[in-house]
Amino acid sequence: MKIVFTTKGDNWDSIMDPRFGRTEFFLIYDEDKDELAHYDNREAASDAHGAGPKTAQKLFEFHPDVLITGNGPGGNAAAVLEKTGIRIITGAADMTAKEAYEKYRRGELN
Amino acid sequence: MKIAIASGKGGTGKTTLSTNLASYLSEIEQVVLTDLDVEEPNSGLFLSGNREIKEDKFKMVPQWIEDKCTLCGICQKVCNFHAVIQLGKMIMVFPELCHGCYACSELCPESALPMIPKKMGELNYSRDRNLHFIESRLDVGEEQAVPLIRQTKDYIDRTFPGDTVHIYDSPPGTSCPVIEVTKDVDFVILITEPTPFGFHDLKLAVETMRELKKPFGVVINRDGIGNQDVVDFCKCEKITLLAKIPNDRRIAELCSLGKLIYNEVPEFRRELDKIITYIMTIKNYKQA
Amino acid sequence: MKEIVVISGKGGTGKTSLTASFAYLGGKDVIVADCDVDAADMHLLLKPDFAEAEDFYSGELAYIEQDRCIRCGKCADVCRFDAIENVFNTYKVDRLACEGCGYCSRICPTHAIINKKRLAGEWYISQIKTGSLMVHAKLGIGADNSGKLVAKVKNEAKKIAEDEFKDFILVDGSPGIGCPVVSSLSGAHFVVMVTEPSVPGFHDLKRLFTLIKKFSLKAGCIINKFDINKQITKEIENYLKEENILHIANLPYNEDFIRAMTKGQTVVEYTDGGVRNLIEQSWNKIKDEIK
Repeated sequence: MKIVFTTKGDNWDSIMDPRFGRTEFFLIYDEDKDELAHYDNREAASDAHGAGPKTAQKLFEFHPDVLITGNGPGGNAAAVLEKTGIRIITGAADMTAKEAYEKYRRGELN
Repeated sequence: MKIAIASGKGGTGKTTLSTNLASYLSEIEQVVLTDLDVEEPNSGLFLSGNREIKEDKFKMVPQWIEDKCTLCGICQKVCNFHAVIQLGKMIMVFPELCHGCYACSELCPESALPMIPKKMGELNYSRDRNLHFIESRLDVGEEQAVPLIRQTKDYIDRTFPGDTVHIYDSPPGTSCPVIEVTKDVDFVILITEPTPFGFHDLKLAVETMRELKKPFGVVINRDGIGNQDVVDFCKCEKITLLAKIPNDRRIAELCSLGKLIYNEVPEFRRELDKIITYIMTIKNYKQA
Repeated sequence: MKEIVVISGKGGTGKTSLTASFAYLGGKDVIVADCDVDAADMHLLLKPDFAEAEDFYSGELAYIEQDRCIRCGKCADVCRFDAIENVFNTYKVDRLACEGCGYCSRICPTHAIINKKRLAGEWYISQIKTGSLMVHAKLGIGADNSGKLVAKVKNEAKKIAEDEFKDFILVDGSPGIGCPVVSSLSGAHFVVMVTEPSVPGFHDLKRLFTLIKKFSLKAGCIINKFDINKQITKEIENYLKEENILHIANLPYNEDFIRAMTKGQTVVEYTDGGVRNLIEQSWNKIKDEIK
């Protein structure tokens, strides 16, 4: 299973970024291989409009199974993600990516 | 003859002035009042009259034709607004983000993205004797006010040709929608309050009108509160002070009820008279 | 660190005066963010020093390099915004009409058109009279108030609050219900809606709350000038009950707001009267709510 987090940094101790479209980083965790990668999305913050679809498109390229984020994607991004079949988990704000992962594993996020 | 009523910030009495001025003037003239604050049109709350026409308004957006598409990716490359996205073997279009520049559609080598109309809002026309009222309202989620403003202006130009008096209730601020509303009017009335906030935002509005090279005058609302800064500024900058609407609890109460004021408060009507005299002078001058 | 966003659908409800008062009461615990970038007025009350300023760019703008232009007019043909005019056989871009779509630059046969970043305004980090910091901005004329500048102001405020271990970020939100408002709401822990009891005020409050509900944010409401129309005040109070919105306070119509403003003060600095107490109570209630 491949899980992507929206974060403000590039490691497990990074705080979650509650935003989807203008998230600073993606943290990409491959459970099967136990590999952690990251993607710097800070360029999206400089887009006047349309950050959501652009970020969603990027996310799609990682072929994840699950996305864990804070507020949940806005309408445009949600429309893209719906087509991709990625499972979206929201409510992971004010915590580190590690904590968000543990909560998700314990079924405390949905 | 087109007059826009604008203000640097919201809540200074723009809609109050537009509705009262239009309604009062319609006692002697044909008047067309158009609420172009398409994100939050409020003028209609103050007016009666029967709705006669309701029209959906459309903007042109691309539509993907899968059979024709070769997935070359040019469309998403040429879209500066991320309104066209390629996702695997699929092209997705986001109508709310589309500015209608036609680049993706016309540069597609396979003609796989023809432009089609998409609803962005609606226009309502109602009439109360000599007062014609047009209101356009943007659908929730639509981000661009300018195309709807443009179409609404086209509609009234077509429907009311000639030299009818037009009053535009403009959106607040100094950003693109305000520019779109004011750019082809004959005169702009800037309404402000004589407070530091009002003064600060008036200066921005004045700067905007000067950049657009528009003739304009100032109306002070709630005269008596605050200080003299606005009056001094107008004097110093040689800006016409058209009227001063007094700070009067009766006015605030009538407004809060969504009622027109000029029939109830004579002091208010006198100030409207001053504005109308001024407008008529410009109108006659224009005709001559 | 908690983020409080103060917002009102309609202008002129006293939103900025109240936000500035909360900022004053919060003192050094609060980092202030003025996200009402269209009509940024809070600096008039909080006296920032504009210590750090930076240009802000958003979107693009076409620019024609005249020595490469062969005057074929193709750019003007494709432009859907009438932004390219031919003046005495010279093609020029109308800065206010250009939407920065870039179509002209893509089809220009001599590559004479380049897209430049559009200067949309300036943003600042300032020290204010409470000794705390404020992030604010000024939008240029005719600039497109997208969510981007709002997001920038908020993020800078957040960074400062995190670095300096502040308790609160206080945001003066954008008006309306469009993209800038959505940007000012994102990440909020509590939303304070300021309204007035009038037909348009109530109408806009309802539209605004629809948006807040969509983001499932916690919200409270202050009815300012409640005594202007007690009937509508009652209707708003009922609405708040129905929608489960915290009713924070009713504030009476009070000219001290304007008197304070003309002195460049927040109303809580200006007066010791009843309205000061009410605002203090409101601020405490808000703080309790997000503990």
